[in-house]
Amino acid sequence: MSSPSGYLDGNAAAGELSKIFAIDVTAAQGECGNCGAIRRFAEAHLYMDGPGVVARCSVCEHVLLCLVSARHSVFLDVRGLSWLKFDPAE
Amino acid sequence: MWRVRTVIALHDETATARTITLEVPDWPGHVAGQHVDVRLTAADGYSAVRSYSIASAPGSDGRVQITVERLPDGEVSPYLTQELAIGDRLELRGPIGGWFVWRTQQAEPIQLVAGGSGIVPLMAMIRARVSSGSMAPFRLLYSARDPGVVFYRDELRALSDGERSLMVTYAYTRVVPEDWPHPPGRIDAGLIAEATWPATLAPTCYVCGPTPFVETVADLLTASGNDRDRIRTERFGPTGGRK
Repeated sequence: MSSPSGYLDGNAAAGELSKIFAIDVTAAQGECGNCGAIRRFAEAHLYMDGPGVVARCSVCEHVLLCLVSARHSVFLDVRGLSWLKFDPAE
Repeated sequence: MWRVRTVIALHDETATARTITLEVPDWPGHVAGQHVDVRLTAADGYSAVRSYSIASAPGSDGRVQITVERLPDGEVSPYLTQELAIGDRLELRGPIGGWFVWRTQQAEPIQLVAGGSGIVPLMAMIRARVSSGSMAPFRLLYSARDPGVVFYRDELRALSDGERSLMVTYAYTRVVPEDWPHPPGRIDAGLIAEATWPATLAPTCYVCGPTPFVETVADLLTASGNDRDRIRTERFGPTGGRK
């Protein structure tokens, strides 16, 4: 377990996420699949100490997204999010 | 996506922090508050990536600046602040991030709260306000360990004189200047009440600093009546730099 202060904001994942998404994900709104909280991805708690990036809900700490880069592949697990809403014009 | 960029100027902000100016001829433009990722690769192929906030205003003529604080146990920051020379090249990715940003069309009051080197993206917002001629009222509450570690001091002083000026309040946590009216201390509810926009003005608040600092300040701002949706935060890791 990471300490409560061992996380960053979802903002900090923007560079890694830009490898696979054409537009910025951190400004998108998303719904937590566990508690239903709707927040900007940038507001998630981000843990970067492991082999990949883990984003957790800032309300209930449910895992929203995992991103792992291994050799030439990137694995993305987003099953903790019910949806993401993008507003590219914002 | 990674582009090689050339260092064209270096400037020491404090004994441990340096501003690096990079030439970016094909820069797509950035928004104040965004960051870049910097990648260093060793001869054996080992590479390290760190995020640094952009310090310069958008539209700075094919140049972009970052200010890097040296961390005692850092892997990247000692190199960037001590060994990097003009003419050296760095791999850069960005600009990145679309949430912790201030856009020049935002007309509402803006409250900035910086902890240590958290001033950097907020300085980009302050500079963007100046370069765009924005009329948005800005206040800055800047917490620093002691007067010697304040970044951009002269520029902030100049900007806080005159009409439509930026209002700046310093909070020193360990050492205060001579004749300072307060003993050293952390930002608390009293200082939030005294040095930030009243919540009734519905300011948008930007808070940047180490994680515990950001948590404390965001809670204080919420407790003083600010809507959580109007508080945007950016945290550093426990080691100081965002990874």
